[in-house]
Amino acid sequence: MKLTRRHTLMLAMGSAAAAMLPLRASAAAEEAIAAFTGGAEVGTGGLTLTAPEIAENGNTVPISVDAPGAEAIMIFAAGNPTPAVATFTFGPLAASQMASTRIRLAGTQDVVAVARMADGSFVEARQEVKVTIGGCGG
Amino acid sequence: MKTLIKGGAMALLLLSSTALRADEEADLVINEEIEITVRTDAPEHLENLRTIYSGWVYRSDETQSLQMDDFENPGMIFVDDALETWAMADGTEGKSCADCHGDAESLVDVRGSYPKWNDEAEEVRTLAMQINGCRTEQMGAEAWKYDGGDMLNMEALISSVGRGTPVNVAIDGPAQSAWELGRELYYTRTGQLDLSCANCHEDNYGNNIRADHLSQGQINGFPTYRLKNAKLNGVQSRFRGCVRDTRAETYAVGSDEFIALELYVASRGNGLSVEGPSVRN
Amino acid sequence: MAENVKPRVRVPRDATAGEVITIKTLISHPMESGLRKDGDGNLIPRSIINRFTCDFNGQNVIDVTLEPAISTNPYFEFETVVPESGAFEFTWYDDDGSVYTDTKEIAVN
Repeated sequence: MKLTRRHTLMLAMGSAAAAMLPLRASAAAEEAIAAFTGGAEVGTGGLTLTAPEIAENGNTVPISVDAPGAEAIMIFAAGNPTPAVATFTFGPLAASQMASTRIRLAGTQDVVAVARMADGSFVEARQEVKVTIGGCGG
Repeated sequence: MKTLIKGGAMALLLLSSTALRADEEADLVINEEIEITVRTDAPEHLENLRTIYSGWVYRSDETQSLQMDDFENPGMIFVDDALETWAMADGTEGKSCADCHGDAESLVDVRGSYPKWNDEAEEVRTLAMQINGCRTEQMGAEAWKYDGGDMLNMEALISSVGRGTPVNVAIDGPAQSAWELGRELYYTRTGQLDLSCANCHEDNYGNNIRADHLSQGQINGFPTYRLKNAKLNGVQSRFRGCVRDTRAETYAVGSDEFIALELYVASRGNGLSVEGPSVRN
Repeated sequence: MAENVKPRVRVPRDATAGEVITIKTLISHPMESGLRKDGDGNLIPRSIINRFTCDFNGQNVIDVTLEPAISTNPYFEFETVVPESGAFEFTWYDDDGSVYTDTKEIAVN
């Protein structure tokens, strides 16, 4: 979505929280998730995704995933130009299936985590993260 | 559009909503041992404020926590770089910083007192100017670019060893005329948007300008690691950005105006702790 | 080609056998996404760390695939069991073929 200065200003003046219009989850995101799951059904539960409600800056957004008993967790940013963000594969010495990192979000969008459990099933957790345009500093 | 911006835009753009969850009451202790004063009584010369706050209190919870631990703080990797530079000889005299200064920790009281008057050079010097003074006059080395990587890394190192010490810049004596120039610049409206530093940072700290949570514009945390560009930023580069954001012709880094402004803005934070390298938006 | 790439790792110095510890890792790297343009309008080619692994005494703890959406100066935090004394090996793989490593020893008491 191409935002000119004029559009941005008008948007900002109109909205209370000045949150950027959300980026629609692309078909690419669903495809990328399907590639990870092999098209299998994805349930919910047993996977915690921790991300801020509003990101201070889209360049560096701290997130964390935790899925006890998972083999691997893949993270997607549904509205980014390329949805895939990272894949964590846990080895035999991993004490837990938890990982934290910092990611880039191009705009307000859903962050999606998908875990492949030890029994081959898949679960998903998703959360919208608002990414704002700053006034002067941002 | 132009009239809208010039006229009541200020009122429209400023919102009191706490769009970002920021804990303005939080305290900052780094590595569970360095206590940082992030709020205190305003210094006497500052007539329009009763309490001064570090920029840290206005950032989101996540950003605040990045600064609480030297490992989490991405600015500290640049301090590591500077420590290597500290020990390396450079220049015709074959000396390193360490040869004269020993451990970097010995400079604990430096950051809080800058910018300050230098008798020999007969000028107000910022930390960057003093570092270059050392390099060119004592080491016979080339001066570093004022806001280049080497300089910012070294400023971060010198700030980091002074964390917790109070900002305490002198505003009288030979520095007074520069200080008064800085104060005048601070309160003068400029640019198409007709804004002065005070309009945002004194009249509206704590409010939002669009989605940006305004601070008091204190500089006790510089150089700062900005999430926006994922690197260290110097205070005069930030001044340049601010002036440009009012749509005015901005001053040059290292100019007399910015040296004066840096002295004045530093003095507005007298009493806060040296905090750099900090983490900001 | 990324310059000045430096790893930083935090591992406790000792632990009891079987204890769970938290490891934090950081590496200074620009993580050029391949989406940015230079002053002339040309795309700056992608150049990122694309993989990170942590092993202990030959056994794998975690294996991470990174995409351009990982922030500059990639940071990872995770938990591992420490069965015995030994050394943690950390490896970062760069798009340009460079491999950066760091080792941290830990004593089990």
